[in-house]
Amino acid sequence: MAVKLHVNGQPVTVEAEPGTPLLWVLRDDLALTGTKFGCGVAACGACTVHVNGEAVRSCQTFIEDLEGASVTTIEGLAGPAAKAVQTAWSELDVVQCGYCQSGQIMSVVNLLATNPRPSDADIDAAMSGNACRCATYVRIRAAIHRAAEIMEG
Amino acid sequence: MTTRTDRRTFLKSAVAASAALVIGLRPDGRFAVAAAGAAPTTLNPFVRITADGTVEVVLKHFEMGQGTTTGLTTLVAEELDADWQRVTTDFAPADAERYKNLAFGAQGTGGSTAIANSYLQYRKAGAAAREVLVKAAAETWGVAADTITIDNSVMRSGTHQAHFGEMIAKAATLEASSEPKLKDPTFFRLIGKDRLARKDTPAKINGTATYALDVKIDGMVHAVILRSPRFGGKVQAFDVTAAKAVPGFIDAKALPNKAGVAVFAKNTWAAIKAREALTATWDFFEAESRSTADLVKHHLELLDKPQHQAVKGGDQSAAEAALAGADSVVDGEFVFPLLAHAPMEPLNCIVEKTEKGVRIHDGCQFPSAVQFAVSRVLSIAPADVEVHTVYAGGSFGRRATPTADYQSEAAMAFAVLGGKTAVKLVWTREDDIRGGYYRPIVAHRVRVGLKDGKIVGWDHRIAGKPILLDTAFVNEDVKKSGIDPTTVEGVADTHYAIPALSVGVSYPDTPLPVLWWRSVGHTHTAYVMESIIDMAAKAAKADPVAFRLALLEGGGKDATRLSGVLKLAAEKAGWGKAAEGRHQGIAVHKSFDTYAAEVVEISVSAGKVRIEKVTCAVDCGVAVNPDVIRAQMEGGIGYGLGAVMRNEITLVNGEVQQSNFTDYEPLRITDMPRVEVHIVPSAEPPTGVGEPGLPPVGPALANAIYAATGTRVQRLPMAANGVTFA
Repeated sequence: MAVKLHVNGQPVTVEAEPGTPLLWVLRDDLALTGTKFGCGVAACGACTVHVNGEAVRSCQTFIEDLEGASVTTIEGLAGPAAKAVQTAWSELDVVQCGYCQSGQIMSVVNLLATNPRPSDADIDAAMSGNACRCATYVRIRAAIHRAAEIMEG
Repeated sequence: MTTRTDRRTFLKSAVAASAALVIGLRPDGRFAVAAAGAAPTTLNPFVRITADGTVEVVLKHFEMGQGTTTGLTTLVAEELDADWQRVTTDFAPADAERYKNLAFGAQGTGGSTAIANSYLQYRKAGAAAREVLVKAAAETWGVAADTITIDNSVMRSGTHQAHFGEMIAKAATLEASSEPKLKDPTFFRLIGKDRLARKDTPAKINGTATYALDVKIDGMVHAVILRSPRFGGKVQAFDVTAAKAVPGFIDAKALPNKAGVAVFAKNTWAAIKAREALTATWDFFEAESRSTADLVKHHLELLDKPQHQAVKGGDQSAAEAALAGADSVVDGEFVFPLLAHAPMEPLNCIVEKTEKGVRIHDGCQFPSAVQFAVSRVLSIAPADVEVHTVYAGGSFGRRATPTADYQSEAAMAFAVLGGKTAVKLVWTREDDIRGGYYRPIVAHRVRVGLKDGKIVGWDHRIAGKPILLDTAFVNEDVKKSGIDPTTVEGVADTHYAIPALSVGVSYPDTPLPVLWWRSVGHTHTAYVMESIIDMAAKAAKADPVAFRLALLEGGGKDATRLSGVLKLAAEKAGWGKAAEGRHQGIAVHKSFDTYAAEVVEISVSAGKVRIEKVTCAVDCGVAVNPDVIRAQMEGGIGYGLGAVMRNEITLVNGEVQQSNFTDYEPLRITDMPRVEVHIVPSAEPPTGVGEPGLPPVGPALANAIYAATGTRVQRLPMAANGVTFA
């Protein structure tokens, strides 16, 4: 089936079988490999992208549901929140292997959009679906607070 | 990313690279300099300096998150006094002669050796580069070499000033001395600097970092493998009828070793769907068909009669006699489950045809093993297996197997498809969780005799499948000894002063593929040692820290350094002064030549344990990158906690019961305690940090749980053995 959607602001027509996860359309068809495959069952968050401004797991978001949707991936992330998060991630050197970090960052940008000054408990609640096997969690927490601070200016 | 490596682009890049100075190892082990492109076959570089003054460090170790892109780079940049912003990195090709790990004699990363074995080598490479650049500037400017200073990549003498790039043409004509002079550590500016920006951060926060799963070769097909549901099973027959109906399906073929069926498709999703539609029958004659309970029983029975003695001069009857004369005996029986590594990036690699052989695109942890194994599969020379190393999305040991398991599978898939089309083999998470190469099941039985509050005898027995004994990774002497070092490390070589120590070892018989898992034998030996020592301290009515210090007193350097981290961790954690409602446990352990002590502080509410804080002290010699060390301690602590809390792979009639992160639940941010890391200042040679943060955390948690509840957890994971976590 052909599906028309916007990806990172660009109009795209995708030809894919119904039931195909957005994840594989992004990675295999559109060469947007910043979005990662980690589990395929929405249990790790590595594939997190924004669909119409909401953070979703692209491995459980299917192409037939995306007609007219606006998708943002790590490659297309922009705006003050994104910049603050990436700056904080850089200042604190959060990453280790880095494989989960696109998904972490997509989730954090979404969190800060609704909660510009999250507490540790807010962070834990919003980020518990994003696994990091390197266990960079201590720095993720600290970097989210730092990003919130940067956004406040 | 699309990687094009056809001949035309290769020539183009070779031409572009010729405007560079390269510093590399000659076959005699000395560093030599040359203009790039002049002698590419005899001089694989460690450092390249380009016309714009950029210093590119060629990394013989891969990056799985442990920080080599930053660490090895720091060593070169330090000796060159380079501007950190103008230093870049590249991964080395497969070339065991030039890029061997000096700790192994083959090219590979593991055992927390990257910085330890590179410390002098990469500094020498930087110093050799500095030497020829300074000589070139001295000749160009007509000044004495010792008048030239370098600051942030700028060379100066009097009114003269130049960046490195301006001197490379001249420098390429000069000889490096055999032993370039290294900096006096007093003048280090980068080594030991508290915060030095990681080299891999920028690409990893904007989605541009390339992992193997992101590599795309024109015309490649995607493959997944249907594997035997039991380890050691062989495919008898399979039916592709239903798979053919999946759009994008190309073909399905049995692997030549019958371990599975490769399913080929035009994209990853089609390959996954086609495999779901495939049915197969299996021959389980040689397969592991037992359940976890049977395997554990088998291990425990093996403890009754150890097959080998791991302590030189150790004697089980002497230990038993000492125990017979003891006032009291502390004993414990411990069982550790199978553990999967589950790195975030599922295993994958690409096999692509080249003129003479193949190129493997891989987050490659052990290029030498991959070259050997793939060359065997394809009947080509190891040198004709090129390796293109890219970032690895974690490993924790999984990407280094002595048999290069997943790269060999990919090579088999490539061959059965005809040996021309590039094949990208992907493991799904289910393949990863069910695919074996686990931390083995291990059982320990320990009896410790005490008299007048002192240990008088120690009878320790271990049963677990050996990881190294049947591989090319150990020498003949080790094979003859019958003792797999990874089964007994951390026990047989303990630095506690223990009289009448006996360590008996037995090996179960099972086709289960096992592997080193972050910190290898120390994953279980530290847990047992530090739990039993805690129990002995309790029996002796001694403080756990004081009891340990007494056992280390008067020992050698190892004992002194262990005491050092133990005291530091205790001091920083406020040992013995926990707030109301908080409970502490402590453990100390040496692994991979690094010393680490950790205090775990927990609270218990309505029977639920919450891990509040971990205080870590680490002594790893010279701290090259303190912030990377802190990160590795944080990571090792988190990885270790997740496993002891709730991870296990279990079998029922040989079939793995877990499948994904839903039932092999990783540590989550909600579980992560606060972590505080203290690094012991040291001038000793640097040692590794990827693994040593892990071993103490499990027993420190167990000891805290005992302090809070009076329960000793001796079977893991804790959540399956009576502990509830908040």
